[in-house]
Amino acid sequence: MSPEMMQLVPPAIAVLGGLGFAMAAMLVWASKAFYVETDPLVDALIELMPGANCGACGFPGCADCAEHIVAGDVTPDVCTSCDAERFELIGELLGIEISTAEPTYPVILCQGGTNCKDRYDYIGADTCRAAILLAGTRKACSYGCIGLGDCVRACMFDAIEIADNGLPRIKKYNCKGCGSCVRECPQQVLTIAKEHGPVYVVCSSHDKGKYVKEICEFGCIGCGICKKNCPEGAIKLVKALAVIDQEKCTQCGTCIDVCPRNAIVKL
Amino acid sequence: MMDIVTPGYMPHEALFPIVVDAMFTKNFLLVMFLGLCSFVGLTTNSETSKGMSMAVTFVMTMSAILTWPIFYYLLKPNHLMFLQTICFILVIASFVQLVEFIIHRYSPPLYRSLGIYLPLISTNCAVLGVVLLNVKEDFSYGASIVYAFGAGLGYSWVMLATAAVREKLIMRGVDLFNGFIGAFFAAMMMALIVVSYFSVVKL
Repeated sequence: MSPEMMQLVPPAIAVLGGLGFAMAAMLVWASKAFYVETDPLVDALIELMPGANCGACGFPGCADCAEHIVAGDVTPDVCTSCDAERFELIGELLGIEISTAEPTYPVILCQGGTNCKDRYDYIGADTCRAAILLAGTRKACSYGCIGLGDCVRACMFDAIEIADNGLPRIKKYNCKGCGSCVRECPQQVLTIAKEHGPVYVVCSSHDKGKYVKEICEFGCIGCGICKKNCPEGAIKLVKALAVIDQEKCTQCGTCIDVCPRNAIVKL
Repeated sequence: MMDIVTPGYMPHEALFPIVVDAMFTKNFLLVMFLGLCSFVGLTTNSETSKGMSMAVTFVMTMSAILTWPIFYYLLKPNHLMFLQTICFILVIASFVQLVEFIIHRYSPPLYRSLGIYLPLISTNCAVLGVVLLNVKEDFSYGASIVYAFGAGLGYSWVMLATAAVREKLIMRGVDLFNGFIGAFFAAMMMALIVVSYFSVVKL
């Protein structure tokens, strides 16, 4: 090494060492001064959460939900993705008993699919939203399911598939009832229901009865027979569509028997 | 074409040409090919590219503010210019870490939206490129800050424009242009526009 270069060694060591030391000291100080305490309980709970970040609890993600659970804002049963086993572990961690809510599932309020006539042959991006953007729904019924599977892609648990009849089918074994598909559906033909009991009009069409009869085998035509026969007065007609008031309904099943279109089912 | 691709002489102190240079003619992404990993990785979604652009612009500007005095008051008097790269990396990385501490403490929402990008850019080549170019071009303190901010803006508009294009392509289901190919194709078109336009319009 030449003497000129040797002369540069001490200042180089001093400058780089000094700079490094200054930065390190600053970071050590900053890490103390701006220390953010994280609750070890929250960290442990995040480990136990399902981690799907589905958002059914109303918080942006599992970590956020865990924070609110530890803070006492909500109880762990807001999580619909946890199964009983997981709830037991979480209950053990938090030292509380968790009563699991009755499982819920999405219901498809449409029986169209292949039973409903097509308005045009759709060739394009395989999403419901793209189909709507093109020229309204590809089905003759502007209210029904389009069947291109936006719900399938929204599902984080592989619990929905498009069946042979062109409608989504729920695989109940996988479904956690988180409602991601309900929020995703551009036609809003999905809704969340309790597993057992409730009676639903599985049609969303507000079209006039004559038109519905023409295009769909099962659609509600708004004839009002169910309304007349309901002993509880729980059914009303909203723009040619029967709507059941779930508060008043006693699940007697009278409407199911009298419906001429088989558009009412009990889950 | 060569004088456009390689950063050459820039008129000092005339701030407007410096900004235009940084944003368009010598755009960091399109013309100098700096910071391409974040460009390819984060432009699939407008939201993430927006966060990344904001973070990069901020860090670039702050790095210019911090590194200029270090170079001219610490390295140059001691003839230690060969240490500039490692010194700049040291300062930028420490500064980014400090910013992360501070926003984690004082603004959790900002930390959540920006926090994941800050570590990503602490050693981003575009950020280091800005401060090294500042030195290479002999910019004054004010000009170097303006140049860094302009470079950040240039990075931002390319990120946002590419994200918009890629989102549209993905929506349309054009399989050929999904993934990296779409990003590079969009970048190529924009680079052609920028390069050819400014080779005709002289500033």
